[in-house]
Amino acid sequence: MKSLSVVVIGATSGIAQPVARAYASRGATLFLVARNAEALSTTASDLLARGASRVETMLADVQDSVRHDEIVRAAKGTCGSIDVVLIAHGVLRNQQEIDHDVEEMLRLFEVNATSVLSLAQRFGLAMESQGTGTIAVITSVAGGRGRRSLYTYGASKAAVSHFLAGMRGRYKPLGINVLDIRPGPVDTPMLAGRPQPLIATADTVARDIVKAIDRGWWLLYTPWYWRFVMAVVRLIPERIMMRLKF
Amino acid sequence: MEQSPTSWGRYPQSHAARIVDAAWAHDVDLSRYQSVIAYGLGRSYGDVCLNDGGTVLRMHRCDRILSFDRQTGVLRAESGLSIADLLRIVVPHGWFVAVTPGTKFVTLGGAVANDIHGKNHHRVGTFGRHVRSLGLRRSDGHEHRCSLTENQELFQATIGGMGLTGVITWVEIALIPIASRQIEQESLKARSLGELIRLTDESDDEWDYTVSWIDVMQRGASLGRGLVLRGRFHEQVDGTLSGPWKGPLLRVPVQGPSWLLSPLTIKAFNAVWYNRQLSRMSRTNMDLETFFYPLDGVERWNLLYGQRGMMQYQCVVPSEGGEDTMRRILSTMQGGGISSFLAVLKKFGTLTSPGIMSFPRPGLTLTLDMPITGRRMFDALDQCDRIVHGVGGRVYPAKDARVPAAMFRAMYADVIDRFEASIDPAMSSSFWRRVTSSTKAIS
Repeated sequence: MKSLSVVVIGATSGIAQPVARAYASRGATLFLVARNAEALSTTASDLLARGASRVETMLADVQDSVRHDEIVRAAKGTCGSIDVVLIAHGVLRNQQEIDHDVEEMLRLFEVNATSVLSLAQRFGLAMESQGTGTIAVITSVAGGRGRRSLYTYGASKAAVSHFLAGMRGRYKPLGINVLDIRPGPVDTPMLAGRPQPLIATADTVARDIVKAIDRGWWLLYTPWYWRFVMAVVRLIPERIMMRLKF
Repeated sequence: MEQSPTSWGRYPQSHAARIVDAAWAHDVDLSRYQSVIAYGLGRSYGDVCLNDGGTVLRMHRCDRILSFDRQTGVLRAESGLSIADLLRIVVPHGWFVAVTPGTKFVTLGGAVANDIHGKNHHRVGTFGRHVRSLGLRRSDGHEHRCSLTENQELFQATIGGMGLTGVITWVEIALIPIASRQIEQESLKARSLGELIRLTDESDDEWDYTVSWIDVMQRGASLGRGLVLRGRFHEQVDGTLSGPWKGPLLRVPVQGPSWLLSPLTIKAFNAVWYNRQLSRMSRTNMDLETFFYPLDGVERWNLLYGQRGMMQYQCVVPSEGGEDTMRRILSTMQGGGISSFLAVLKKFGTLTSPGIMSFPRPGLTLTLDMPITGRRMFDALDQCDRIVHGVGGRVYPAKDARVPAAMFRAMYADVIDRFEASIDPAMSSSFWRRVTSSTKAIS
């Protein structure tokens, strides 16, 4: 039997690593994309030692959109039929940090949204004839409601969530599941120096992600309580929301 | 504000000025810090892993395996990898760590920095003997590759070097082969300290793992009565290697009240524990987790000691006259009102460690957990130090939170100058400042 084949974009990120480890321990074939060479090769050797049957890597910056086709081709070359593609890259900036630097603000949008749409679409096209597979993308609970401290980041994640909702309709009949993963704050290097309430461990979130992919879910709030928190947050009238400081 | 890292004894209290999480071992940059100590899983008991007022560099995220040769059992990993995580990966392939402490929640970096030992010291020596090479990031900006043939002095200073020679970035170790996860264990009842030491001597010849639990609440002829535990791996392949691992059974939710582990409850526990085994000898087979890591089933058990925290005292004294020395130490502790329900006696073998500051020496080692009470307890431990030093023994820094500076320097007088030459100027710890603060001589 062919081993499970998994593609991870942003493979050195704090959430992607424990997810990739879970697949490695199942003996999966992994195709990893990241932009830091040393971190990428360290991650690859770790996954091999943890049981992956094969690990291939590709060094690329997702902002370099002309290489997106190359990424998809190389991933297909390694995996043949792709069982799971996890798009996990992203950057976090509070609005305050980029408020006076519009270029930086747009760059954030490009990394978190534009490049993700491009990759998700290209992987969708490459996988459509497979009749099976999962396209899983990490968005955020921050995409659920615009708020003053985090609106560029929130908008970038909301854009992806909307896009995935549409993609889901297109790909469902073809047997491909499109999963929108919305974590709350997770204890990863991305949040270093940003103390948060309700912070979850990356291992907890990774376990949830693997479960959601296994079961063919199309939306995941992780940890689970964010589903309820966000249901309440969405009910707050805009009149009140605009006065809130967070 | 993030909570300051603590050690396992939760004493002394310490407040790091900065807490930094290293994401990748290869990225550690010491030029950013003036006073820093690497921190793993916080299982050392005292203050070797603390840096009051300085930077604590947490390494737990740096847990990637860089290579694992399933044929030869050589494994290289980033220093933040825990033994718990490592075992899940290597045991199914028939390998085990050559040396393990009584908890699997320690990192490779911590195991090297404290040059840990286990129940098989008489057979294989310390952890440092099984380290083939390691990476050491220094404040000169370089990562130094250290082994017995390359940067030898730095290698020897780093093993047991309490993290003071730089940040250990990766470690390459040699594992030992096992055929089964099952351990054959025998438990022998000893009615006195003399009998216990004699049984230990006998056991060491035939058994890979030996350790004794002693009831320290007894006086007179029964002083030091206890149970000698000896074990060895089954040598037949029985298909247990890929068996499941236990999660924690219990988690201590909150700090316990101070009466919970008081002299009264501890005395009762000790009596029950000793008398639980009725026969002189009992033989059982058990999984390696039950044998090596009985306390790992209870997450955060250190909180049971309450607000004031706890302390561990571990010393080693020469075998010659060892029984008498142990008697004096135990009586001194009793005199100081010290009670302990985890008192352990073990015989260290003669295999030497490459580590300059490595604690083990041939002889008897005694380890006691104790709730922190007050002045009397500290005075009694000072007295114990004098007994230990008087016979040429020493205490273990990884367990220590109180030994006076002059006493520490006296105990390690033969090696401390050589070690200090290898300390990195950017590294410091609460422990090191404490034991180097005073110059008062010990007679």
